[in-house]
Amino acid sequence: MKILVGVKRVLDYNVKARVNADKTGIELANVKMSMNPFDEIAVEEALRIKEAGDADEVIAVSIGPSQSQETIRTALAMGADRGILLETDELLEPLAIAKLFKHVVEQESPGLVILGKQAIDGDNNQTGQMLSAITGMAQGTFASKVELNGDTAKITREVDAGLESINVTLPAVLTTDLRLNEPRYAKLPNIMKAKKKPLEITPVADLDVDVSSKLKVVEVNEPEQRSAGVIVNSVAELVEKLRNEAKVI
Amino acid sequence: MSYQAPVRDIAFMLNHVVGLSNVAKLEGFEEATTDMAEAILEESARFTSEVLGPLNTIGDAQGATWEESGVKTAPGWVDAYAQFIENGWGALSFPVEYGGQGLPMCLSSAVQEMWHSANMSFGLCPLLTQGAVDALAHHASEELKDTFLPKMVSGEWSGTMNLTEPQAGTDLAAIRTKAEPEGDHFLITGQKIYITYGDHDMTENIVHLVLAKLPDAPEGVKGISLFVVPKYLVNEDGSVGEQNDVRCVSIEHKLGIHASPTCVMSYGDEGGAVGYLVGEANHGLMYMFTMMNQARHAVGVQGYGIAERAYQQALAYANDRKQGPTLLGGNDSQGIINHPDVRRMLMTMRSSIEAMRGLALDCAAAFDVAAKHPDPDVRKASQRRGELLTPLVKGWSTELGVELCSLGVQIHGGMGFIEETGAAQHLRDARITPIYEGTTAIQANDLIGRKTARDGGLGLGELMADMKSVLAELQAADDVNLKAVATRFEPAIAAAEAANEWLLGQNDPTQPAATSVEFLMMHGRLAGGWIMARAALAAVAEKQKSDADTDYLDAKTLLARYYAERMLPLVESGKTIVVDSADSTVSLDIAQL
Repeated sequence: MKILVGVKRVLDYNVKARVNADKTGIELANVKMSMNPFDEIAVEEALRIKEAGDADEVIAVSIGPSQSQETIRTALAMGADRGILLETDELLEPLAIAKLFKHVVEQESPGLVILGKQAIDGDNNQTGQMLSAITGMAQGTFASKVELNGDTAKITREVDAGLESINVTLPAVLTTDLRLNEPRYAKLPNIMKAKKKPLEITPVADLDVDVSSKLKVVEVNEPEQRSAGVIVNSVAELVEKLRNEAKVI
Repeated sequence: MSYQAPVRDIAFMLNHVVGLSNVAKLEGFEEATTDMAEAILEESARFTSEVLGPLNTIGDAQGATWEESGVKTAPGWVDAYAQFIENGWGALSFPVEYGGQGLPMCLSSAVQEMWHSANMSFGLCPLLTQGAVDALAHHASEELKDTFLPKMVSGEWSGTMNLTEPQAGTDLAAIRTKAEPEGDHFLITGQKIYITYGDHDMTENIVHLVLAKLPDAPEGVKGISLFVVPKYLVNEDGSVGEQNDVRCVSIEHKLGIHASPTCVMSYGDEGGAVGYLVGEANHGLMYMFTMMNQARHAVGVQGYGIAERAYQQALAYANDRKQGPTLLGGNDSQGIINHPDVRRMLMTMRSSIEAMRGLALDCAAAFDVAAKHPDPDVRKASQRRGELLTPLVKGWSTELGVELCSLGVQIHGGMGFIEETGAAQHLRDARITPIYEGTTAIQANDLIGRKTARDGGLGLGELMADMKSVLAELQAADDVNLKAVATRFEPAIAAAEAANEWLLGQNDPTQPAATSVEFLMMHGRLAGGWIMARAALAAVAEKQKSDADTDYLDAKTLLARYYAERMLPLVESGKTIVVDSADSTVSLDIAQL
């Protein structure tokens, strides 16, 4: 069985995000970029499944600019077997990304596609669900535990009410939650070997996939600064403020 | 306060000042490309900040402890070391034939800075192992190498250096540890002190390299031999066998590096510890020098590594701490970073750290060229350069490192004096670095004697010539900051040349000895200025590229200018001290002191 893992190059989680000068998005010039943390968890889970003998190959897939090769190399250094980059300088929406993944799924026929539940730049939380919908594969989102059992998998999901267990039939799309595992560090010899592992690069423009944008960004702004709170003297005053000032009741 | 490795600054030095790409052209170092170096630095940054860094405080507070059964490291250390070797960090620069990665010293030094910034006490264990591996790889028989090196390269076994005895510190001729021949090995008896990681619970075996005297040994340093004495004897199949007759009888209570056990080792309490001769008899001190040169460079790296940690902590505090209006921040209460004098301290720390880092990496790259260049003349000249810079890296970077850690405390004000803040630990930890692996005075002796007087100033002259060509580049450049650097660099070079000439003209060794440390410090400061000038030239050149990060590159030129204006005048005053203060230093009657 092959496992496809999505790895996205995003603003490093330690960097404080700032809106760019023309308010079209986040400032990405000359800031540290690294692999989306949820995707590291996805790579780790795929490697553990392979190490347990339930998969033969782990393929790291990234969609983005040329520098996303570094992100794929990071996955290869962790232990993935090969990489695929669908190269584009456009900032794609989740549906376009799901369509491109579908293209790779058709090529590779994986038993599992493991994606982060969301990327920390857009925080969309849509790609996995959309990929499931357009490929017809089962979906197990927000996984905090994955147990393979032949051609099904038992997924423990983190939902608002607690933990939900579902069985999905393979092939399936999984998305990872934070508590699924703790990603490993890349070992020095593996970092050095990663350079020699195959990495196939295809321009998105060469594919017959419609990645056109359905949305238009009007403007990106930082959230308003929270102003200082006040201490009220009585419940009556609180109710009065909630009703007349905040207008929430 | 957590540690974040300054990957970008380290990579800038390697790529644009030291010239990693030239090192990567040498046969055997092809793997060390810019991309590969960056990937290695990034992962090392993650590992050191997430695994080693958080153990630094607990290591200081709890320290290593002595028990009858052996020394125990602080909580969490055994696990961290296991991860360290599992991830292969110990094997970075070791020979490929014994399982290492064979990466150049300039890249491994860059990685090691992170160990010491994150946790200097921890970093000492692999530092010592590395020295021991170097000594064995260069001088031991094939049989000894096959027995010990693979496990030491992987880090499964650690290594130690056993030189000092209570009566024999700097004067190793005075050692009393004895080696009696017995069959294919020797029986070692004696006591060694100050043995870093002489015993601990992180590895299954510890390989001691021990200086001892054979029964028929000549007097003095020419009668010292080097032996391998494992804590546990090694079976035919390479597995660990019975315990050897060596134990740690106590550990020292120290000013700093509490988590690094400093052991008193006793050999042969029950008749003699089994030891194996390394190389030829009576050549021990020379062999130990192989290990020591490398270790001296590594301690210099510690000097600025620990200062980097202190800087990060002080910078965060200076941004955070508000104390009323400031001259640079206006009337609202702003961070104390807006006081010009706090800026002075932070700029001194930041620019000096970059200067020291660049010098240590440049020195390491010289050794890399010396090891692999096809042209024997280039190899020889590079070796000369590396050896010349080593006492500067060790002596200057550790002395300055202590000063900078003290500034780190100062920036915190009263809070810096309180242990809970954590700034004080860096100062306490740093204090050992100008002492071990040869005090600053020993480095200064090395610089004026073996590295300058012995070759008639050849190596130092070559260095001055290289500096002058950088000066010419600065003067030719059309950039206000580069010109400002040149303005200070020129008289500093002239002052250093005057001091060199004075030194080479001295017949009475007392005169240079009395001012040798100042001679070392002035050359360290000047070499730092040379590095910063090269960094500034590189930054100005990089700025021409279309996607250049101008803010970052402008910062590099400004740091170089600050360094030139603040540190290089000290080279001129240093020259005055060197040539003019020896008499008053030594003429006061001892009874009057």
